[in-house]
Amino acid sequence: MGLSARDLLLVSPELALVVLAVAIVLLDLVLDRKGFVLAVGIAGLAVPLAAALGLWAIVADGGPEMAFHGALVVDAFAIFFKLLIVGILGLLLLSSAEYIERFSPHQAEFVALVLLSAAGLMLLAAAADLIAVFVSLELASLPVVALVAFSKSGRSIEAGIKYLLLSGLSSAVLLYGFAFLYGATGTVRLVALDPALPTIATMLPAAGGALPFGSFAVLLGVVLATAGFGFKLSMVPFQMWTPDVYEGAPTPVAAFLATASKAAAFAIVLRLFYTALGGASADWSVMFAVLAAVTMTVGNVVAIAQSNVKRLLGYSAIAQAGYMLIGVAAIASEGGSGPLGIESVLFYLGGYAAMNLAAFFAVIAITNTTGDDRIEALAGMGRRSPLLALVLAFALISLTGIPPTVGFMGKLFLFNAAVSADLAWLAVVGVLNSVVSAYYYMGIVRTMYLGEPTEPRRIGAPVTAWVAMGVATAGVAVLGVWPAWLLDIARTAAGSLVP
Amino acid sequence: MLTAIIALPLAGAALLLGFGTTAARARAIALVAVVAELALTAALFAAYDTADGYSFIQRADWIPALGVQYLLGVDGLSVPMVLLNGILGVAAVLSSWTVRERVRGFFVWLLVLQAAVMGVFVSQDLILFFVFWELELLPMFLLISMWGTGRREYSAMKFLVFTFLGSAFMFAAILVLYFSLPAGERTFDMMALADSGLAGAIVPASLVFGGFLIAFAVKLPIFPLHTWLPDAHTDAPTAVSVMLAGVLLKMGGYGLLRINAGLFPGELVSAAPLLAVLAVVNVLYGAVVVMRQTDLKRMVAYSSVSHMGFVVLGLASVGATAGQFNGVGLNGAALQLFTHGIITGLLFVVVGLVYERAHTRHIPDMGGMAKQMPLIAVVFLLAGFGALGLPGTAGFPAEIMVFLGGFTAYAWAAAACAFGIVLAAGYMLWAAQRTMFGPRLERWDGLRDANVVDMGAMAVLLVPMFVIGVYPRLLTDVFDAGLAPIVRGFGG
Repeated sequence: MGLSARDLLLVSPELALVVLAVAIVLLDLVLDRKGFVLAVGIAGLAVPLAAALGLWAIVADGGPEMAFHGALVVDAFAIFFKLLIVGILGLLLLSSAEYIERFSPHQAEFVALVLLSAAGLMLLAAAADLIAVFVSLELASLPVVALVAFSKSGRSIEAGIKYLLLSGLSSAVLLYGFAFLYGATGTVRLVALDPALPTIATMLPAAGGALPFGSFAVLLGVVLATAGFGFKLSMVPFQMWTPDVYEGAPTPVAAFLATASKAAAFAIVLRLFYTALGGASADWSVMFAVLAAVTMTVGNVVAIAQSNVKRLLGYSAIAQAGYMLIGVAAIASEGGSGPLGIESVLFYLGGYAAMNLAAFFAVIAITNTTGDDRIEALAGMGRRSPLLALVLAFALISLTGIPPTVGFMGKLFLFNAAVSADLAWLAVVGVLNSVVSAYYYMGIVRTMYLGEPTEPRRIGAPVTAWVAMGVATAGVAVLGVWPAWLLDIARTAAGSLVP
Repeated sequence: MLTAIIALPLAGAALLLGFGTTAARARAIALVAVVAELALTAALFAAYDTADGYSFIQRADWIPALGVQYLLGVDGLSVPMVLLNGILGVAAVLSSWTVRERVRGFFVWLLVLQAAVMGVFVSQDLILFFVFWELELLPMFLLISMWGTGRREYSAMKFLVFTFLGSAFMFAAILVLYFSLPAGERTFDMMALADSGLAGAIVPASLVFGGFLIAFAVKLPIFPLHTWLPDAHTDAPTAVSVMLAGVLLKMGGYGLLRINAGLFPGELVSAAPLLAVLAVVNVLYGAVVVMRQTDLKRMVAYSSVSHMGFVVLGLASVGATAGQFNGVGLNGAALQLFTHGIITGLLFVVVGLVYERAHTRHIPDMGGMAKQMPLIAVVFLLAGFGALGLPGTAGFPAEIMVFLGGFTAYAWAAAACAFGIVLAAGYMLWAAQRTMFGPRLERWDGLRDANVVDMGAMAVLLVPMFVIGVYPRLLTDVFDAGLAPIVRGFGG
């Protein structure tokens, strides 16, 4: 036993993030110009990016590899998420250059915490046993608690404590579920490249009979694990924290939670249920189908009543999680063509990151100037800042699912997966939900273009934020017109998961 | 060629964004764009050979994983619709010459709207069709809500929610249709679907049919899904009303013919009695409500509801007993789509001119305007004649064909609908009398008659109205060619 150089190579993206985080904190001690720290952080992301691309090439040639004695797996699926998370990080740091000035002199800590949490998320997507899942989940969550409370205002601290308590509770529930899974199967291993090694999938009691999942212990384990992950996914009925935390947290942190954190949670849910519990898929497919329907409906209906943009984006995040759960439900019930559901979720996660970040960036830029995150305060934005209003409107159109945007294409693939899995009813529920969501998304567009400005002052944004918005918006548009390339990548990634 | 037809208005919109810095320049660019577009569509109409079936096909892979293609093509059913959209584009731009606010944005969205509708008429891939179908929502929403009048925000939102709800059903229907085909034969290619006789392959065919029916019924509109239309029309700016009545409603009728009749003949026959009833309700309910309107624009809007009932009656004619069905009803429905687009477009242009001058649409306030505005009054009367189907105008051949078809299937429905024509004559002439004729009112003395631009907007629509009225074969031959395969599906 011991570390090999190969292990370090295989975790190089995560390692690079951690090193970068430490380097930033150290640099901060000697540097006077705090803005420089952020520049180092952004430029430093090139290292994990290059590492992840290198791993992609290695895996494409030689197939997936295990690291750390089977604790982590490096396959196309995991690398897809590494790339996604690095991309999200880069845009997020770019866009929040101005925002985090208010944390002076603690910008470096902010950036470092974000990087640490991102490293945890990457590990989560690559976790190959239950212990690694739990450890990386904690690594991802704990920095977020500090980040949520970073504003040190009453709201922010309240949100931080809320996140801490609920995150801890959900971790406990998750761990309890893992214990049952381990007890029932005698192993914590999710993935094994060596077929001789026992995994949860091979040790799972035969499904069937009156009891779902074949045994009471597995049933309990699955239910508790779903509840634990449900917190991360903002899945109803574990969504309560989402709007409160989004509202209270610094906006870049809310954006991080809504995109990167959610993506990694979907990664591990897909891996756990497809790879480890695939044998009992008939039993959990229905569960996810119902959860998907409930989640998107609750998110969309409650979002209508919101008057705060960040809260509204919180409910919208819940609804969007519901759409993606459609893809999870569709993995199972179709006998053999599981990757269709997975690739649709992966594609949607990519597109969702682009459109949701574009929306958040515009909101960050606007609230930075106005200091007011009520929807009313967006009135007349079409005149006060035509370009920002356009970015936000385009992102909202995409979130609604109207072509020619990535939101439409993503929904097309999700609903396509659902119908092919004989879940046509779920696709219909999803489509009807899009209609409901049009009401509040377009309501914002209407306010921006038709409302009377509360003050005439024009609103701008720093160059870095424009770059981030430009990239995100271009992603929304390009993927809306030409989705095939991301779908191909998503298909490769989905295909690397062991059924 | 078809790509160019979609791209040209978009190119015009891009030019506007770059160079339309002053109102005058924006108008000029928009006008050049729509006139060029009209020339292009007219060239397409002239170049289309009725013997060819689908022509000008362009095919490229778009999303290979799902077999989605960028597939354009036109047949006898699409070509006149494309031409109609070209004609109305010119009328719409000319009738918005007096838009003052944010001129550039207005014309940009108007051109995007035209491009999206073009896309609907020339797409032969269901997903592409759907993308264009949805693409039209946004410009429409913004045009009504930003440049409209009255309760424009409410109306725009209502339009959006209704249409989006309808298209949600269509989206679900498209996916179910795709997956109900046996693996290996799955395609979104509408031409292939129409050829393959998929009735056997689809399990819940009536559900898929219903999904499409709801989407198109919202758009056409068919009672009771019509309530968004009067609001949208009333509060929309003139050009948008022209486009709305002229081509957007036609997307619904086009979809009913292309998809509901073309792909699901069996289900359409089963639904024919229901459609016949709905047709009667549409025609008579619409006509009766028209009578009660005091807002000139709302009146024309409800007359649209009434006239779209004739399209439904034409569709219901497929319920005729075997051997009697000969497609004349369907052909009439298609022709009615075209002629109603021209005539109602013209009515909206005239109403817009009146409103722009008098700043009121309240009918009881008007009267005697023919004294001040003789030209506008004459055109109003002519358009009214067209709407009531006077021989010599385009309305006549369309309605007579619908009735011929309708009588062979449901004589009672045709008879009831025929009464709608009588009502139309009543309300059109009555409206003309209350607004244009009667004693001269001094408060209207300052109003000037139509200027050159206004005359252009009216002439663009008046000419086809009479040309088709006198020589309907110009269109019916083309429609015949396009509908022939569909008619064969019904054993006609």
